[in-house]
Amino acid sequence: MLDQSAEGYVTADGRQIGPVVLELKNITLRFGGVEAIKNISFDIREGEIRAIIGPNGAGKSSMMNVISGFYVPQEGEIIYKGYKRAKMPPYQVARTGIARTFQNIALFEGMSVLDNIMTGRMNLMKSGFLKQALWWGPAAREEDEHREKVEKVIDFLEIQHIRKTPVARLPYGLKKRVELARALAAEPQILLLDEPMAGMNVEEKEDMSRFILDVNDEFGTTIVLIEHDMGVVMDLSDRVVVMDYGKKIGDGTPDEVRNNQDVIDAYLGVSHDE
Amino acid sequence: MSDNVLFALEAAANGLTVGIMYSLVALGFVLIFKASGIFNFAQGVLALFAALTLVGFQTGQVPFSHLINAIFGTNIHDFGFTMPAVLAIILTVLVMILIAILVERLVLKHLVNQEPIILFMATIGLAYFLEGLGDIMWGAEVKRLDVGIPQGMSPWVDEVTYNLFGYGFYLDELSLWALGIAAVLVTALVIFSQYTKQGRALRAVADDHQAALSVGISLRFIWVLTWSIAGIVALVAGIMWGSKSGVQFSLSLIALKALPVLILGGFTSIPGAIVGGLLIGVGEKLFDFFMQPIIGGATENWFAYMLALVFLLFRPQGLFGERIIERV
Repeated sequence: MLDQSAEGYVTADGRQIGPVVLELKNITLRFGGVEAIKNISFDIREGEIRAIIGPNGAGKSSMMNVISGFYVPQEGEIIYKGYKRAKMPPYQVARTGIARTFQNIALFEGMSVLDNIMTGRMNLMKSGFLKQALWWGPAAREEDEHREKVEKVIDFLEIQHIRKTPVARLPYGLKKRVELARALAAEPQILLLDEPMAGMNVEEKEDMSRFILDVNDEFGTTIVLIEHDMGVVMDLSDRVVVMDYGKKIGDGTPDEVRNNQDVIDAYLGVSHDE
Repeated sequence: MSDNVLFALEAAANGLTVGIMYSLVALGFVLIFKASGIFNFAQGVLALFAALTLVGFQTGQVPFSHLINAIFGTNIHDFGFTMPAVLAIILTVLVMILIAILVERLVLKHLVNQEPIILFMATIGLAYFLEGLGDIMWGAEVKRLDVGIPQGMSPWVDEVTYNLFGYGFYLDELSLWALGIAAVLVTALVIFSQYTKQGRALRAVADDHQAALSVGISLRFIWVLTWSIAGIVALVAGIMWGSKSGVQFSLSLIALKALPVLILGGFTSIPGAIVGGLLIGVGEKLFDFFMQPIIGGATENWFAYMLALVFLLFRPQGLFGERIIERV
């Protein structure tokens, strides 16, 4: 059992995890009569890699959408950086430092890789429309500064060779990486990754795992991820939330979760005949 | 060169003028369609409304004067001053931005995630509303619009063509201005959409709403922005058309001519709207020139639609539109 004091804890590999940065309290989400999320609470700590796992239809993606503001839960509250988060549209959530990727890649297909990643910095750019129109010099300089930051992200994720390529032409694995790059370009405090490795081959999965660990290590970014590949999840994450049928059935370190009877039942199926 | 070829060339040159007007209206359509997937039926009426407002400001007309006089028994029509064209244009731009904000607040915001056909119906409603509003605000009579763009035969074109072919072309000077202004407008739009933050946001929204939201782009702001730009483009079209043939309600009908332009150029392509407009403008003049002796006049009324039908058969995505690929 980890020592989870208010200040944080130290992981098995010696990383210092900070205090709680985002807390979900008694979240319930309904679609008409269907309860997609049933009274779930958990927290996310600074610098942590936090996984949400569960069988298909468990409500993992819904949870991701609640955190990123795409869904508004009927009940419960979200405490972010110590304050209760008011109801806000998803673009404003993005502006508070929460970036995300999507299960079915959502890139701007008509734009180049570079332009896609530049949109990630939209919120960090100060020059408004009029200023850009009337005061070209400083705006152009600002554009250059952002371009430099974007180039760093491009180097970091090793996609230099495709920077001018229109996204529509890229293979699936690279698209996933570009989507990660766009999210990273926003310099988020929390990075939400919805099945970052879905549909990838073993090699691509290894690359992606390495990038996720590097991002966390290099920038101290808190990462929340949904993943199906159990091997990957157990290797990557510091703490795991397990969901099944909209309920939370487990929460703890990978080892704790692995030995949790409810989790084993949910994953292996339990015979009701006995 | 034979006279016939020269006359045909002259007709083609004049077709460019009409074509650029079509292009400008089509451009407004494309902007809104790209950003929000809405086919804005009201684009033509926006041009009319912009032109009416511009004339109203310029001549110091009191808005709603008929209504005011009818209710209060007064007899006011003018403020008694005229406004310089530049100031009137700036004020009209502000009015167009105000309309964009109101359209977003009162219409689009409430129809998010609705079927495209519903949004289309809403723009039909908007078209009739604006037409009526323009009527009540500024009166229904035909108005003269003059913002100082020179008109009449261009002596320069006359001279050059006379020296070249021994026959001077008649080309309205307004046409040349229209071409120049349209070129500047399109260049500005391209620079805006390629090299500015908001332009990038605009393209992002046109591409994927979800992704745009996730990087912090407000869809509502982008909608106001596109409708404002479409309003300004409509104002330019309104100025050109109004200077040529007066501001009257038939102006809103040019929207219908923009339809074949869009089918030719593709619904999502800015260069497509321009090239499509010019092709149709030139095409209908040339067709009329050559076919009139054989099948009689008034071919201009239907030529564009026929051309659009042919295009639908062979290239339904238009010249520059995104290829339609059905994946199974």
